Amino acid sequence: MRTTFARPEKFSMYWKETMRQMNDIGIGSLVIVGLISIFIGAVTAVQFADQLSGSLIPRYYIGYIVRDITIIELAPTITCLVLAGKVGSNMASEIGGMRQKEHIDAMDLMGVNTAAYLILPKLIAAVLIIPLLVSIAAIVSVMGGYIAAVPFGELTDPEYVRGVRSFFVPNYVFMMYVKAAVFAFILTSVSCYQGYYVKGGAIELGEASTQAFVYSDILILLADLVIAILLTG
Amino acid sequence: MIRAENIFKSFGEVEVLKDISATFEQGKTNVIIGKSGAGKTVLLKLLVGLLQPTSGNIWYDSINFNALNKKELRELRMKVGMLFQGTALFDSLTVEQNVKFPLDMFTKMTKKEKLDRVNYCLERVTLSGANDKYPSEISGGMQKRVGIARSIVLKPRYLFCDEPNSGLDPKTSIVIDELIHSITVENNITTIINTHDMNSVMEIGDTIVLLNEGVVAWRGTKGEVLESDNKVLQDFIFASPFLQKLRKAAVGGE
Repeated sequence: MRTTFARPEKFSMYWKETMRQMNDIGIGSLVIVGLISIFIGAVTAVQFADQLSGSLIPRYYIGYIVRDITIIELAPTITCLVLAGKVGSNMASEIGGMRQKEHIDAMDLMGVNTAAYLILPKLIAAVLIIPLLVSIAAIVSVMGGYIAAVPFGELTDPEYVRGVRSFFVPNYVFMMYVKAAVFAFILTSVSCYQGYYVKGGAIELGEASTQAFVYSDILILLADLVIAILLTG
Repeated sequence: MIRAENIFKSFGEVEVLKDISATFEQGKTNVIIGKSGAGKTVLLKLLVGLLQPTSGNIWYDSINFNALNKKELRELRMKVGMLFQGTALFDSLTVEQNVKFPLDMFTKMTKKEKLDRVNYCLERVTLSGANDKYPSEISGGMQKRVGIARSIVLKPRYLFCDEPNSGLDPKTSIVIDELIHSITVENNITTIINTHDMNSVMEIGDTIVLLNEGVVAWRGTKGEVLESDNKVLQDFIFASPFLQKLRKAAVGGE
């Protein structure tokens, strides 16, 4: 880890690589993040509408619940769990493939700090971009809740909007960004570690990719609990 | 010059190299030969620092390679070029970008200076005009030449080649051999080649080190190969009955 954060040989090369990673992680994940977020919001709205039917709780609470559950938990956690699969396994495969084809040895021999050059841009890009993706996920998720609830008569447009605007706690947004940044760091560092230290052939590379995803997800869920305890305690 | 002094290397309980001492001379094509499993690649990786010896020292001229800190090692590595057996070209970069990579990473040259240097190196390996091709779009021999171009772009003082002719036809192998040898002589660099291609050895090997079961079994020049009585050497080089007959004819045997 210390080697990863060493001083870059040439800032412009690291900058270029970071920009490339930001494009791959950010633009490359927009569609999947958008899709899962719409469905997360829609399902949440539909399920709670059903839970609240016949109860004394006002209908506009559906919007409030969709907003808070999305911000506090679903947007950062589900998004990052999915990104651990999409982005994380991709990173593990990319770096693992470079290890197997001796690209990393070639760079080491040139004098490149490969741990820094291959991993640091990915870490920086992920920690900057994934919180933005989570923000988009939260917004799209709330819209998904609207699409699932209002046109189908579960509640009216003013009711949903009233719910989304009620009882807003800014601290929850802070918690969302803390989770997003921490999860981004976890999924990137775990995936890059798996790829960088892979040994063997195609089967081992496949295993490394899978382990990157599995270990990232486990650590993300653990971190989720720890952050929830720390920030709500 | 590179000097290996009493090198031992073990992987767990298995001792792969035992008490290897050898001098690889500047301005010459130094060749390490031996059958598969003799320890050639391990020795080469020790010499370039991809592995660490269990004991022993490696000297680059007057610099003790094993005593360098990370910064000093990185600086020395900029004087080292290596051609890998599989070329290790970066698949998603073009030929030009591959050769330019070390310049981008370590120099403050302008765009034009870098391009001029890249074009010079590509011309030197007779690959002018291939700048925009990707490694997957060129032949094995051309990939090797791009690998050589990349390894010399920073004007190294030491050049390592791991099985440079593997996978190549005899004619292309000769081209690669001549290229490596001429670059070595022109630039007065220390070149070490790891190979079991005896044609290469006899064509361009100035000094030869034969490894057998982790020890140096013979060392000498190509001129001494035919006349040597060393049994390990003879068994290795003249393994086939046809070559044994040729040798007997050459030294005036039966």
